[in-house]
Amino acid sequence: MSLAKKYPKEVKQILAKYPHEQKRSAVMPLLYLAQREEGYINKDAMRDIADTLEISVTDVGTIVGFYTLFHDKKEGKYRMQVCTDLPCALRGADQFMESLCTNLGIKVGETTADGLITLEAVTCLAGCDRAPMFQIQSRDGLKYYEDMNVDKTMELIEALKNADQEAE
Amino acid sequence: MPHIVLRHRDIPDINNLSVYKKNGGFDAFKKAVTKMKPNEVTDTVKASGLRGRGGAGFPTGAKWSFIDNKIWPHYVVANADESEPGTFKDREIMESNPLQFLEGVAIASYAVEANAAYVYLRGEFWQIAKSLDEKIAEMENAGLLGEKLFGTGYSLHIYTHLGAGAYICGEESAMLESIEGKRGQPRIRPPFPAVKGLYDKPTVINNVETLTNLPMILANGADWYKTMGTPDSTGVKIFSLSGRVRKPGNYELPFGTTFRQLIYEHGGGVQDGRPVKAIMPAGASSSFIVADDKVLDSPMDYATVRTLGADLGSASVIVIDDTVSIDWIINKTIHFFKHESCGKCTPCREGTYWMAHLIEDFREGKQTDASLLLNVAKQIQNKNLCPLGEFSTMAVITGIERFPQDFRKA
Repeated sequence: MSLAKKYPKEVKQILAKYPHEQKRSAVMPLLYLAQREEGYINKDAMRDIADTLEISVTDVGTIVGFYTLFHDKKEGKYRMQVCTDLPCALRGADQFMESLCTNLGIKVGETTADGLITLEAVTCLAGCDRAPMFQIQSRDGLKYYEDMNVDKTMELIEALKNADQEAE
Repeated sequence: MPHIVLRHRDIPDINNLSVYKKNGGFDAFKKAVTKMKPNEVTDTVKASGLRGRGGAGFPTGAKWSFIDNKIWPHYVVANADESEPGTFKDREIMESNPLQFLEGVAIASYAVEANAAYVYLRGEFWQIAKSLDEKIAEMENAGLLGEKLFGTGYSLHIYTHLGAGAYICGEESAMLESIEGKRGQPRIRPPFPAVKGLYDKPTVINNVETLTNLPMILANGADWYKTMGTPDSTGVKIFSLSGRVRKPGNYELPFGTTFRQLIYEHGGGVQDGRPVKAIMPAGASSSFIVADDKVLDSPMDYATVRTLGADLGSASVIVIDDTVSIDWIINKTIHFFKHESCGKCTPCREGTYWMAHLIEDFREGKQTDASLLLNVAKQIQNKNLCPLGEFSTMAVITGIERFPQDFRKA
């Protein structure tokens, strides 16, 4: 089903932000909308957005490829994006990431066997004073978790797991 | 001294419209629209000496006066892409004092006679964008945004636009490309955005912190603003302090505050009482300053930091103590820039890739010195369309040259 059919109100609101002859500007907000359901953007969604904005599928694909928060493959339900950039690393982010890997039994870039968590290392998230920190990207959008340690993080993952099982 | 930008630290609930209005909120915007001509607003900002807080330090009023009045419409874009490693000030402003920021956007828009303004937020600021959308809707309902404001002919709409994870979009022409729905790759300039910006129309792009200063400058006057700071760098700056300090965080202080005051009086000193070895005053894009007593007692303003062989930039001060080796630091910064290079210019795209290889080789002992790395960094310089490529070499060159002892392997 097309985005315009699935989310008529949202699509209308997004298009209203830009001059009528500049519809292409809506490509990023529409991609976020397309990503909401499954956490990634498939070929059909790209074609649908291209049709809506009267641009080519390649023009849409190039945006998905360029920006790191858009994904074209299904990964874990929650993308745990840990900042390991310089300011966070000066406050122990690398060690934090290593222990997370050990605790989860996966490497950076991998997904837990239950498909729940994909662990990613990312660049600065503007939370340098509250390291170690990470964000979780999921269908609900993005959320920051700051002043974290491994115990608190494992508790959070446990809570996500329980919430997930209850939902099913 | 009461805060000027981080006013939420003095006034609880200032993110609430009625509280903000009770504390003078939107008086400045209303005064501008009903009692001042656009160029009078620009003149006041020029007289205040306000300089752009995003990193370049360009005089704000002068930037506005470049806008081409033969081509219409005009646009204002607020740069809320805050992505420089070590910078986290715009986030606090938008989270906690959003209305003063939005009033600043409105004042800038009136000054350049723009009827539409976009706030470009980095994608990670998803929750902030949501709350700004709510504030914008409240302002529209209260008659502070929309058509024919305060009974005049002036209309203004503000829209948020979310990026999706790309440091380069903080560069103003890449940001415009991104709003236009394209990859965030910098444009060749000239023409500059003041002539050919968003949708090829004259556009002013200002940083969040710059804009948030405007309501207070208009309310209290240019002379008041100049009583703070130094003649070269007037007013207050938010210093994002991070690294090996006891109390990292944002500190709003007058320009001219010394490094020692920031690090020791406000930041609580260095962890474990170690000495400061180096300072990166502008995040990952910094040149290294070798810390000594003279440096620590130097005032932080644009001109003085330049005499120390660095730039103040966005004033994201990263403190490095003597437990940290500089080769480890530049390994981090090189990988950052390699990841964030947009790929348009070959020297930056390939150069950051080679620098990453060379620093890894050095750290693994495959190279005994860093002369080849230094050579590659110098070859990247002055060959890029935008500052990213240049920034990628700053820490490398100054790190190797100013801390040679950290680049010798036995």
